[in-house]
Amino acid sequence: MTIDFADVPLWAAIAASAFILLGAGLSLLGAIGLVRLKTFYERLHAPTLATSWGTAGMAIGSMIIFTTGSGRLVLHEILIALFVTVTTPITLMMLGRATLYRDGSEGNVTLPAGYHGPEQDEADLEEEPGEKPGQA
Amino acid sequence: MSATILLTSLWIAQGALALAMCLATFRMVRGPRAQDRILSLDFLYVLAMLQLLAFGMRTGNVLYFEGALIIGMLGFVSTVSLAKFLMRGEVIE
Repeated sequence: MTIDFADVPLWAAIAASAFILLGAGLSLLGAIGLVRLKTFYERLHAPTLATSWGTAGMAIGSMIIFTTGSGRLVLHEILIALFVTVTTPITLMMLGRATLYRDGSEGNVTLPAGYHGPEQDEADLEEEPGEKPGQA
Repeated sequence: MSATILLTSLWIAQGALALAMCLATFRMVRGPRAQDRILSLDFLYVLAMLQLLAFGMRTGNVLYFEGALIIGMLGFVSTVSLAKFLMRGEVIE
């Protein structure tokens, strides 16, 4: 299915452009953060700009363009937005835990405050979340 | 008129995404440790997906949507397996 941009009304073009520019601009901002932030634990937050509103902006813009251009409802971009929203926290949490494990076993100085290495990590896995004896 | 607006904003968006991909590649090449490189690789997958989505919009073709979805899935699987490798030293236990 191919659409022609001449079929897209002016209001839809302006709205879609705003969403597309928002998405691309937030992705660029995330990349700048990835380069400029100092430690890994800060850098872990930068790509989420692209995976939350970066992807959502592009998907909404695409939905507006294809819906108004083809004359029928086109919503399949929601699949991409949903998939990225569900998978990003999983990957970043796994990467963060792996990094904590590596830094803890090496005694690295960039550890977050209050974390004492892989032994505490094992203890956290065994006990209920929210209860940490020995910590105020 | 609407075609001009859409094409201009899509070109700007693709330029911004290309610049973001360059920055992510810079962090992947420079990144002090393995986890920085994996994070940049995951970000690069997301940016490639957005780039393909923008390309599909610019050509007015729905076919590129499936490619973007597949790139997103591959990025998820590769990042999870690399993170597991960092954690345990093997991917499938």
